[in-house]
Amino acid sequence: MALRNIIGKRIGNGIGLVGRRSLSTSTSDVENRNAKSMNLYSAINQALHLALETDPRAFVFGEDVSFGGVFRCTTGLADRFGKARVFNTPLCEQGIVGFGIGLAAMGNRAIAEIQFADYIYPAFDQIVNEAAKFRYRSGNQFNCGGLTIRAPYGAVGHGGHYHSQSPEAFFCHVPGIKVVIPRSPRQAKGLLLSCIRDPNPVVFFEPKWLYRLAVEEVPEHDYMLPLSKAEVIRQGSDITLVGWGAQLSIMEQACIEAEKDGISCELIDLKTLIPWDKETVEASVRKTGRVLISHEAPVTGGFGAEISASIVERCFLRLEAPVARVCGLDTPFPLVFEPFYMPSKNKVLDAIKATVNY
Amino acid sequence: MGRMGFSPKHACLTDEKDPNRQKITNLTSCLLVSCQLNLHCEVRPPFSSKFPLPFFPSLPIGTKATKMSTAFSAANFSTQSFPLNHTSTTSHDSPLVFAKPTSQFLRSTRKLRLSSSSKLNLNRRSGTVVAVSDVVKQKKSKSTPTLLITKEEGLELYEDMVLGRAFEDMCAQMYYRGKMFGFVHLYNGQEAVSTGFIKLLKQQDSVVSTYRDHVHALSKGVPARAVMSELFGKTTGCCRGQGGSMHMFSREHNLLGGFAFIGEGIPVATGAAFTSKYKREVLKEADCDHVTLAFFGDGTCNNGQFFECLNMAALWKLPIVFVVENNLWAIGMSHLRSTSDPQIYKKGPAFGMPGIHVDGMDVLKVREVAKEAIGRARRGEGPTLVECETYRFRGHSLADPDELRDPAEKAHYAARDPITALKKYLTENNLASDAELKAIDKKIDEVVEDAVEFADESPVPPRSQLLENVFADPKGFGIGPDGRYRCEDPKFTEGTAHV
Repeated sequence: MALRNIIGKRIGNGIGLVGRRSLSTSTSDVENRNAKSMNLYSAINQALHLALETDPRAFVFGEDVSFGGVFRCTTGLADRFGKARVFNTPLCEQGIVGFGIGLAAMGNRAIAEIQFADYIYPAFDQIVNEAAKFRYRSGNQFNCGGLTIRAPYGAVGHGGHYHSQSPEAFFCHVPGIKVVIPRSPRQAKGLLLSCIRDPNPVVFFEPKWLYRLAVEEVPEHDYMLPLSKAEVIRQGSDITLVGWGAQLSIMEQACIEAEKDGISCELIDLKTLIPWDKETVEASVRKTGRVLISHEAPVTGGFGAEISASIVERCFLRLEAPVARVCGLDTPFPLVFEPFYMPSKNKVLDAIKATVNY
Repeated sequence: MGRMGFSPKHACLTDEKDPNRQKITNLTSCLLVSCQLNLHCEVRPPFSSKFPLPFFPSLPIGTKATKMSTAFSAANFSTQSFPLNHTSTTSHDSPLVFAKPTSQFLRSTRKLRLSSSSKLNLNRRSGTVVAVSDVVKQKKSKSTPTLLITKEEGLELYEDMVLGRAFEDMCAQMYYRGKMFGFVHLYNGQEAVSTGFIKLLKQQDSVVSTYRDHVHALSKGVPARAVMSELFGKTTGCCRGQGGSMHMFSREHNLLGGFAFIGEGIPVATGAAFTSKYKREVLKEADCDHVTLAFFGDGTCNNGQFFECLNMAALWKLPIVFVVENNLWAIGMSHLRSTSDPQIYKKGPAFGMPGIHVDGMDVLKVREVAKEAIGRARRGEGPTLVECETYRFRGHSLADPDELRDPAEKAHYAARDPITALKKYLTENNLASDAELKAIDKKIDEVVEDAVEFADESPVPPRSQLLENVFADPKGFGIGPDGRYRCEDPKFTEGTAHV
């Protein structure tokens, strides 16, 4: 019921609901007092305001954050908390993340923004070799748990090779960090606050397509959503669909279409990719016997592969059909060919039907 | 719309609250050309309007010229010893020069102004400081001014700059009409740098650019039709529609790309320069003197890749010129607020190469400096770092509402529009008439219109192109479930194969 309202232009040009309608998630894990309708970047902005307010040793930095950022996620922070806590860095991702690790190691909360997830690769070394291993190799004397790296990821319709990538799989391969991806404004605020306050370094990917398009009632108070807890956002009995981020809205549409053919789909939002909630997914697969995973990143080596392998390990005898993965193609993220590359609703629908009719 | 737009009401105009910021009221434009061996600090006095552009017409003649050329081609130029106290006949103590320490940097936030006098003193340790009054006298004593360019060259430069400008304006139009999409970054205002440098290159010389690469491609010789089609995403584009605005490549013209990521192109350029040197020295192709130009911005100069490449290029004496297009802004971040020492040219000598600062709004000055730098590289004397002070008239990209920059700053640079300046120079020095220039304008308009029509009529890439060129050998996609190579599957060419 819920996510289709945030589709907007995602379906195709001009078709679909250009939504400023509210969105309701199927669980009420957050009380709705003082809820205000807002979009994703406003929710994230609120979360950052709260984080800086509640912790005097929290910092927000990155490229262009002080005027508000290219996606407006950091508006008002510099004015409110001062330039000593919210500041621009020069254009050096490796430096930004390494510097953040240093801040975190000294007990501060460093919220580093990488302007686009595509730019995170220079910082990859610091994240993998330093952030992930800091606590481990110092024998728990130091840790950089205060580090949160926020990056907008994912397709946006016109981003091309370097403004649309989904690099979550690279980070999921690293023990020592957490990877969290919200699907909507309300989730984003709660999850971001949890990430910032989590005693481990976290990479928080925000689906940039949803920055303006996703609108939801978001409570204004300070609330946190638990990490490593997947959520079943749609109940069903024939097939389990697992996804995260903006892809869920596509899967939701496919579920609705499949409903018309009598296929009852269960949709799970993973929320935290590592450590991921294997129990919830396993329980759901035991119920339905079929599973389909969908993500924007290329299929080979994407996180869907990990989910598939784990589910097969745990539920082999229960499975009625092979685990299906509907993902991006194994090409660099194209510019003109984006509609062909993306795991669209029709591809998901086809896969649902193929799996159910296996 | 679905575009990444910015809503004005959310803009956080921290600029206005910066106590260091001072208004630009009486900026004097000045050319500071400094290299490790010589410092010419010429302050253009407030009565600059009397002098035609560029300020260096006397350069090829007289003592300054020889000093300039020795700076580059000195036989005893080595990476270790820089003669720091190179004296000249001119006085160091010109009160006029001391009195105007802020002249060499025209910036909107005045943090630099406060400390620039000390910086100037530091620079002057190497120096020949030419008193303005001396220069003025020298100029007046000549009966006929010597011009830097011939008529043909002048018209060529003019045409190239007008092509760049007209093309970018047309891009903006097409973008707002929805024919082009994605992230498009326009080059308005910076044409002098592209034209000044690239027009001195041969076809075999390579150029590496940034995402602001349309005009670099045009200057290098890529036809406007190919660039426009690429922007529209059509097969006839220079990259068959797969690159888009930020990734212009041309094998024929040796344009090694358009890089969306800042600084990513610099190591690529360094490698290309190495190839040229290798061919010449190891493979003994004696006439291979190909030069590589790497263009990048001020923000990139804080990035690790830049420094790594300066080191490698100087270490191996590669035939490369690093051209910094310092337009003061990295999206919304001012160069002065993000760099510990905003004078980028000083980073060159730190690595053992000359660092030059030039007025990037003046194509003739850029051309002079470019001649020297490219000449140096061709002769095998190593790399040069050239910082061009320039400005982009539009926002960072077409999605940028450009609210953060001071209108006075914009107006100041708009008054130094390189095209207007060159036009003025050509007409005042009787190199070209208004009619000839207007004819060029008209011709360029037609070229751009033709490019748009061509792009419009070109076909969209077929779906099969989606899977092409991922690997060199399409067999890289491996063997499919039916036991045959995936690329042999007929669906592969339709782009629908399961890969």
